[in-house]
Amino acid sequence: MEFFERFAIPHPSIAIYASMVAAGLTMIAVIAGLTYFKKWGYLWREWITTVDHKRIGIMYLISALLMLFRGGVDAIMMRAQLAVPENKLLDAQHYNEIFTTHGVVMILFMAMPFIIFFMNFVVPLQIGARDVAFPRLNALSFWLFFMGAMLFNISFMVGGSPDAGWTSYFPLADGESVGSHYYMIAIQIAGIGTLMTGINFITTILKMRAPGMTLMKMPMFTWASLITSVIIVFAFPVLTVALAMGTMDLLFGTQFFTLDNGGMAMLWANLFWVWGHPEVYILILPAFGIYSEIISTFSRRNLYGYKSMVGSMVLISLLSFVVWAHHFFTMGQGAFANSIFSITTMAIAVPTGVKIFNWLLTLWKGKIEFTTPMLYSTLFIPLFTLGGVTGVMLAMSAADYQYHNTMFLVAHFHNVIIPGVVFAMLAGLTFYWPKMFGFMLNEKIGKWTAWLLSIGFLLAFMPMYVTGLDGQARRMYTYSESTGFGPLNMVSFIGAAIMAVGFVLIVYNIYYSVRYASRDISADPWDARTLEWATHTPVPEYNFAITPEVASSEALWDVKKKDHVLFKGDYEKIHMPNNSGVPFIMSCIFFAWGFSLVFSLWIPAIITTIGIFVCMTLRSFEKDHGHYISVKEIEDTESELRGA
Amino acid sequence: MKIDHSLPLEYSTEENRLKIFGFWIFLGAEIMLFATLFASYFTLYNRTGSGPNGAEIFHITPVLLETILLLTSSFTIGLGVHAMRLGRQKAMMGFFVVTLLLGLAFLGVEIFEFVTYVHEGAGLQTSAFTSILLTTLGTHGAHVTVGLFWGLYILIQVKRDGLTPETGNKSFIFSLYWHFLDVVWIFIFSFIYLKGMM
Amino acid sequence: MKLKMALFAIMMSIVTVLTGCEQLTVLDPKGPQAERLASDIMLTMLMMAGIVIVVFVMLVIMLVKYRASKQPADYEPPHIEGNPWVEGILVGIPVLIVAFLSIVSVQSNYIVESAPQGYEDKEPLVVYASSSNWKWHFSYPEEDIETVNYLYIPTDRPLEFRLYSHGPITSFWIPQLGGQKYAMNAHVTKLHLAADVEGEYMGRNANFSGEGFAENQFDVTAMSQKEFDEWVEEVKETAEPINEAKFEELLEPGHLGRMTFTGTHLEFSPAPEHHHEGDKYEEEHNHSDEHHSASRKESSDRKHMNYNE
Repeated sequence: MEFFERFAIPHPSIAIYASMVAAGLTMIAVIAGLTYFKKWGYLWREWITTVDHKRIGIMYLISALLMLFRGGVDAIMMRAQLAVPENKLLDAQHYNEIFTTHGVVMILFMAMPFIIFFMNFVVPLQIGARDVAFPRLNALSFWLFFMGAMLFNISFMVGGSPDAGWTSYFPLADGESVGSHYYMIAIQIAGIGTLMTGINFITTILKMRAPGMTLMKMPMFTWASLITSVIIVFAFPVLTVALAMGTMDLLFGTQFFTLDNGGMAMLWANLFWVWGHPEVYILILPAFGIYSEIISTFSRRNLYGYKSMVGSMVLISLLSFVVWAHHFFTMGQGAFANSIFSITTMAIAVPTGVKIFNWLLTLWKGKIEFTTPMLYSTLFIPLFTLGGVTGVMLAMSAADYQYHNTMFLVAHFHNVIIPGVVFAMLAGLTFYWPKMFGFMLNEKIGKWTAWLLSIGFLLAFMPMYVTGLDGQARRMYTYSESTGFGPLNMVSFIGAAIMAVGFVLIVYNIYYSVRYASRDISADPWDARTLEWATHTPVPEYNFAITPEVASSEALWDVKKKDHVLFKGDYEKIHMPNNSGVPFIMSCIFFAWGFSLVFSLWIPAIITTIGIFVCMTLRSFEKDHGHYISVKEIEDTESELRGA
Repeated sequence: MKIDHSLPLEYSTEENRLKIFGFWIFLGAEIMLFATLFASYFTLYNRTGSGPNGAEIFHITPVLLETILLLTSSFTIGLGVHAMRLGRQKAMMGFFVVTLLLGLAFLGVEIFEFVTYVHEGAGLQTSAFTSILLTTLGTHGAHVTVGLFWGLYILIQVKRDGLTPETGNKSFIFSLYWHFLDVVWIFIFSFIYLKGMM
Repeated sequence: MKLKMALFAIMMSIVTVLTGCEQLTVLDPKGPQAERLASDIMLTMLMMAGIVIVVFVMLVIMLVKYRASKQPADYEPPHIEGNPWVEGILVGIPVLIVAFLSIVSVQSNYIVESAPQGYEDKEPLVVYASSSNWKWHFSYPEEDIETVNYLYIPTDRPLEFRLYSHGPITSFWIPQLGGQKYAMNAHVTKLHLAADVEGEYMGRNANFSGEGFAENQFDVTAMSQKEFDEWVEEVKETAEPINEAKFEELLEPGHLGRMTFTGTHLEFSPAPEHHHEGDKYEEEHNHSDEHHSASRKESSDRKHMNYNE
């Protein structure tokens, strides 16, 4: 029995048992449903083994939405616990586990897959390519991310969740329970997947653009994806090393971040933020790209200041690597070091400001149409500006001695991430939904959602600026009545509840639109400007029957206004990659490997390590030259799609 | 698949060109990985706790031997790729075999070196310094080990299929990887060993 | 549009509330350091409010003026690439703002890192503040006394806190006297504060440090030098001496109320002041070494117990 006791939860509660039952029932329902409807074969052939960037993108989207609700439930529980002083809803340990998982899930398993979904679905279409450079690697990226996320998510049911914050500073993350093991290993597995995504998209964007699309004729979202991928390739290896060192400290007794024998806890903090700060730009730059596409589309004019938009993104990506120490101005590194990092941090406000004003000037002389995506974008500008200017306040290193570790900081980063990233994701989701699924989401429900989320957001986070300045530290599971934090925290809870209603409305909108929305829409329902709208809806497997030729960053607009011809020549047979089950199987082995390491099960760990190398060996010896789609098949597909 | 005969074998198809380009990006990520290890090493190298420091455990003989073995292997794989471009399969395979044998010898010396360290009381758990030293060297060593298997697989495929655009591409990418490991070793040799012994 | 206006009104009222909130702890300073920070905060808040207003006004103008419903049906928005002058101004103004704020920021950095202004020529009171799970230990080496979870300080005298931790990273923070600073295990950090006014202030650990973090607070009482001296005398007469065994007991994870001792733990468990480099410790540090390995063993024992429960 002793062997099994390690899998027990160290701090059980009714909520955890209830979610275990719910998770179990969901699993059984999914398995039963798939068996009853005989969908196992379909699932395997069309989804699990797929290497098609569009389907991989949709799988990223589904994962991101699931994780959004997982992290959202965590958020509601936190706000509920803090709504009144001395609340007994959660105890300290549960609160700590919940805010830790909230942070990790929202950043790494919600926001990351959401932006990678957009990169996967949009970039190849936007540059007129048939797929990404390495389709099989792309599938592996997704499955590694997915297995890492799943490994992290079972932690609260098997062995216990991490409880040291999403930053997991040592020596607090001392591995008293397996929570910190989960943190190190699950993020490692997902991180390797993300790193490969970065490599894949740099190659795709630099090498596979349609003829005529020079770098300065790329659509803004493609530019954002390129720069994001570059940041991924430079930042994620730092995380890989930091996590590996942390894992070795926890499992093998090395002395990197320990208290004695020379260990240095602040080295973890430094390495974490050398990755962590660029990470927030990995999230926000694609969001900026999406806003650029949407604002330009619905202002019915070209993006103002294309060159300065590109330049500011490049500058942001460079600066993102030289600001990490602003996450610990208060560690006593001296006035000089703090001054340097204070100035570099404030400098980021300049390129970001340029982008804000360029969007404003894109509206200028436009013909603005308030669709749901545009509503999100126009709400983004003022709300994000609030978050941006509080960022400048936080960058004042001396004043940060008063903001650091308080609710002011929490308010700030939610103030940039929610209007900045989450609104962009929802705007983009609404924008690209018809391209993916062939019908539009309901506009009325969509606008209600945008307003509810904005109002809920303001109510939830503006009070935190105030309580922060009043001395409420972050990550406190409770506070006494005498502090006077009670009323404003109650306002926050109400705001969080309104946001929750907004997120539920998104689900309702999907349900409603699946049932009632018209299927009779054109391939270009928004009257958009770039290449992804130039192919059919639904997008055929090969994206474009004939590779398009491009003359500007708004190729489709040129077709509409300047009689540009995109598709010249005749059909030729198209080379496409074959599906493969290896990425999925290899990722499953990675999951087992991670699980074995979490619980220090050495024999399974060795077996799975060998399994991973066997998969790589098989891949080395495999002869897979893909397949061709014949001209006849293309003609059939094209005429069918045109008829539909 | 379109084969462009005006280009060297390893670049002759579109897929090959993408793979080589992608691998360069991957090497960029690898540079960041080793840069992080080096940065951590420089942060921790005088945090020796109750354990020995570099000067006390480094010995010049095995290190020099390792350096010579690895530098020579980098040279021989260069000759191998040259032979491949000339279409001389036997010579190419011969050079690859020599490269792998030199790599194996390097690994042998490195394992001997690690065993010596542990005997001298500089194990993985001794201090922050020994942890980062052995992790940095070990990461390089693990890369060499993976390279040995990878190179072996490629040799078997060249034997099986002859010199095709596919095997040529794989061999060339492998040579990039091997040269990269050599460059990393030069940094390890200069900034860890020589600096530590001074 | 009505909703938009309502939203705008909410935001504006929040900004006004913020700027009017002098009674917020951080904006109600009782010492020179906190005063400097509060004035920095107010300055940036006003400047930033200005920027926010500019953006809001521009946005509202654009949205009102260029709505599709206000344009003729055949209106074709022009193609505008951008204008080097306009973009130059868009870069130039933020650069000027950032440059100005950088100067303020650098000045403040040097001010908060040195002796409080107006107190430069007075002899500082040195207090070692060390945290353990989840308590604060205050050692007064000159007075040779030690307290737990409460801090008495004289007014009109600079205070030099030397911070370190017996466990996880913590952050020592008395918002009304000044900003916070980390207390870490490997070395001592210094924080310069001073209290102008007598009174009771809230002090706490601001950096998350595990299960007992929320209650990891301490009370600060600022009093005149005379009262302070009397208190020290009283402690010396009435309190028990601290010894190694007793201190080890105090370090056990948990919460304690206020405690008072004569002597300081620094005598047998010195602060990690000299190993900035973390290299081979001197003889005298063996104590703390043993202590760390002891607590390490203890935590691994605990882990073991967890598995066997």
